[in-house]
Amino acid sequence: MSNSARADAVLALHRFGMGPRPGSMAALGSDPRGALIAELDRPLGLTAAASLPASAKAYRTVADANARRTARAKQAQQQAKKQQIASAAAPDQAEARPEGQAQGYAQEKDAAEMAAKQAADAIPDPGRPIYLQEAKLRTEAALSADLGFAERLVWFWSNHFCISANKIQSMSGAYEREAVRANVLGRFVDLLLAVEGHPAMLFYLDNLESMGANSTAGINRNRGLNENIAREIMELHTLGVRTGYTQDDVISFANVMTGWTLVPPGADPQHGGEFTFNPRLHEPGGQTVLGKRYEQEDVEQGRAVLRDLAAHPATATHVATRLARHFVADEPPPALVERMAKSFRETDGDLKQVAVAMVSSDEAWRAPPAKLKRPSEWVVGMVRATGITQVDPVLYTGGQQLLGEPLWRPSAPKGYPDDEASWIDGVGRRLDVANNFAERVSGMADPQAIIEDVFASEIAGEVKQAVGRAESRQQALALLFMSADFQRR
Amino acid sequence: MGIVNHLPTRRELLAGAGALFAWSQMPRIARAEGRDPRLLVIVLRGALDGLGAVAPVGDPDWISLRGDRALLLDGKPRALPLDAFFALNPAMPNLHRLYKSGKAAIVHAAATPYRERSHFDGQDVLESGFTRPGATASGWLNRALLAMEGDGRVDPRGSRALGIGSVTPLVVRGSAPVMTWVPQKLLPASEDTQRRLLDLYQHTDPKLATVLQARIKLASLSAGPGTGEAMSDDPTLAPPGIARVRAYFAEAAGTAARYLAKQDGPRVGAMGFVGWDTHIAEGAASGQLYNLLGALDGAFAAIESNIGEAWKEAVVAVVTEFGRTARINGTQGTDHGTGTVAFLIGGGLAGGRVIADWPGLKPAQLLDDRDLRPTTDLRAVLKGLLRDHLRVEENVLADAVFPGSADVKPMAGLLA
Repeated sequence: MSNSARADAVLALHRFGMGPRPGSMAALGSDPRGALIAELDRPLGLTAAASLPASAKAYRTVADANARRTARAKQAQQQAKKQQIASAAAPDQAEARPEGQAQGYAQEKDAAEMAAKQAADAIPDPGRPIYLQEAKLRTEAALSADLGFAERLVWFWSNHFCISANKIQSMSGAYEREAVRANVLGRFVDLLLAVEGHPAMLFYLDNLESMGANSTAGINRNRGLNENIAREIMELHTLGVRTGYTQDDVISFANVMTGWTLVPPGADPQHGGEFTFNPRLHEPGGQTVLGKRYEQEDVEQGRAVLRDLAAHPATATHVATRLARHFVADEPPPALVERMAKSFRETDGDLKQVAVAMVSSDEAWRAPPAKLKRPSEWVVGMVRATGITQVDPVLYTGGQQLLGEPLWRPSAPKGYPDDEASWIDGVGRRLDVANNFAERVSGMADPQAIIEDVFASEIAGEVKQAVGRAESRQQALALLFMSADFQRR
Repeated sequence: MGIVNHLPTRRELLAGAGALFAWSQMPRIARAEGRDPRLLVIVLRGALDGLGAVAPVGDPDWISLRGDRALLLDGKPRALPLDAFFALNPAMPNLHRLYKSGKAAIVHAAATPYRERSHFDGQDVLESGFTRPGATASGWLNRALLAMEGDGRVDPRGSRALGIGSVTPLVVRGSAPVMTWVPQKLLPASEDTQRRLLDLYQHTDPKLATVLQARIKLASLSAGPGTGEAMSDDPTLAPPGIARVRAYFAEAAGTAARYLAKQDGPRVGAMGFVGWDTHIAEGAASGQLYNLLGALDGAFAAIESNIGEAWKEAVVAVVTEFGRTARINGTQGTDHGTGTVAFLIGGGLAGGRVIADWPGLKPAQLLDDRDLRPTTDLRAVLKGLLRDHLRVEENVLADAVFPGSADVKPMAGLLA
């Protein structure tokens, strides 16, 4: 392999893949672009995993546990109160309470609440183990992928259509598998319909609370619209901010989306937590969104709007810009964005073709490797370099949290940012992580072997020198992991 | 952040390491004598400057060699007198006290058989016990453990072998089983690592350099060098500083001592401390090296107080892969050298002395006109400890523990 071919191969792995790992240079062969494209033709694993519950099942499991906690707590509280009444009746107990009745009551109340809390805590939250198992399998898919281009696309779209496990932990992993992963190499419209109709997204963006002011439920309960999902779909998921939609469009679209909800878990042990369209919540009548009239009376109204949003030219530009910004540069070359947007428009939003257009563009390769990796990308690249393919999800997710990018827990629907300014101040924290990971693996990972075998020596001379002069393998590995060659792509 | 799947707990995420115990039943011969000896080996990775730790203040060439970087009895701060010739770095009052009470000995101008200057290879030789690098399957301490089992079988309770640290130091790796315990404190990246990274960034990535520089400055503001003040309780949030290094050393060594003290606990252990590669601004009297030696001195105190009654049967051997250049280099530091010191502490020692066949500091007396010439083979010291403290047989030491060391006689008289 020539020098420039090797450089291209390493760039391919950093920029479009999960980073070099043992064997990945060989997997790229002499045609990095072709190899990246070929990976998109292979089936993506994990969309349904035997060890992982479907989202509705995960949701029901947590809801059931919560219901049991509430019941236990109530029971324990009643028990505690009964005991207090009994002991207050006994005269010696009453005398043993010199501070007076008021404080006695306060103590009793505290004791009852304490008993309730203890009883509830005795039933563990099943949401966390589900989250951790999902995190483990997702991470290991990234660690063991030859190149990881397809996995990177999963990560990108999962962040583009983010939810937060802080709000809906049980479904956070299943959501990604069912709605995102299953569609990242298909058409954008199918991806959009899958995510916006997924119970996790409807829960996350408050659509369960939203009802038409003139719907049956809205009138009976004197409740109304929540605009959240409508605004975020237009602003973040499709058109992009300031692309011409108005507040009236948001309201109309929010009306359209009323009734998109999930089956209450207590009501149906078989289907609780699954998507359903509830006509009692839906605002009756037609709606006008972006100048177009939608007269459908049911779930098809929302689907029609989503299809039109997916086909809107602003969506093509927005999606192309975000993709190019994520993969190539904070300020992506306009020609690259346009090429990708064009592909989006001409292929009816075929996301595999958009990805192919990106890696087939010279601009995507010419941009200097200056983009700071997000913590999640940096960590996975560091671990891949050592050849490790299995992780303890508690440690792994803890590490990502430490670096400010906890898995599936962005602080806002916008997802984690993709620009250097957001992350560069955290590089100091990365040193703690690198130093400790280096210590942990210094018995099995040889820094020289990583440079020569995994990176085919495509590492800056200064880094090689620093590694060679390090006082210990641990220090050598820490310096290597912290080098710009690992941090930037 | 930890990642390897066989390490199961949250706290290990926060773990640095470098410490490890091997568990073995009490050496049979020693037990027959009614003794219950303990041995802890501490490896200082990065090459300790022996002359910065224990200064030959009586050598007429000392001041001219190190200039205003020479530790002196009337220096600032004052070096702690050991005997008529040597003085101890002022960062080590505990070691000084132990020395004065006969519970510490210092070996000077010592070295392993390794004569090149690569850290990795040097550490391999130091820990493997072989004469040349490349043998990394087992360490001399592990092979000594096996030998102590008499017929070569390991302790039937071997599955209870116990260690400290997430990575087993080579010195105790091998067939005798080991288990690890990981200190809860996060081992901060050393000042040295940060400085090297900063240097690397300055040559390759100015933006990253700016960020790292800001972090280093923050750390120096929150804990000035040499101060031992408590840092944030959350080890992951505190900026790195010498206080964290001190806390880490003390916790790791103190925990080691607690395990060694237990009635049915391990009897042999090993741990490593990093950060000794002081190429730039070595700071023997007030900087990096002073701080690290102070942290090591704190570890000694933690061992003494935590090991309890077992102190009188304990020996701690502190060794490093090689020494540093005799002269200060162009960046107020020292480069890789050869001869250096080893510290021995413990209630079982015949201490209170510096053991040295002093080679002198004149240019012709230095090795290659640059390093302190080694006059004591470190293996002789270690073999002396293994023979007289743990009762490992001399022929086993010469063949299995330190292969090819028949000519290197165990040093006699180290134990009281």
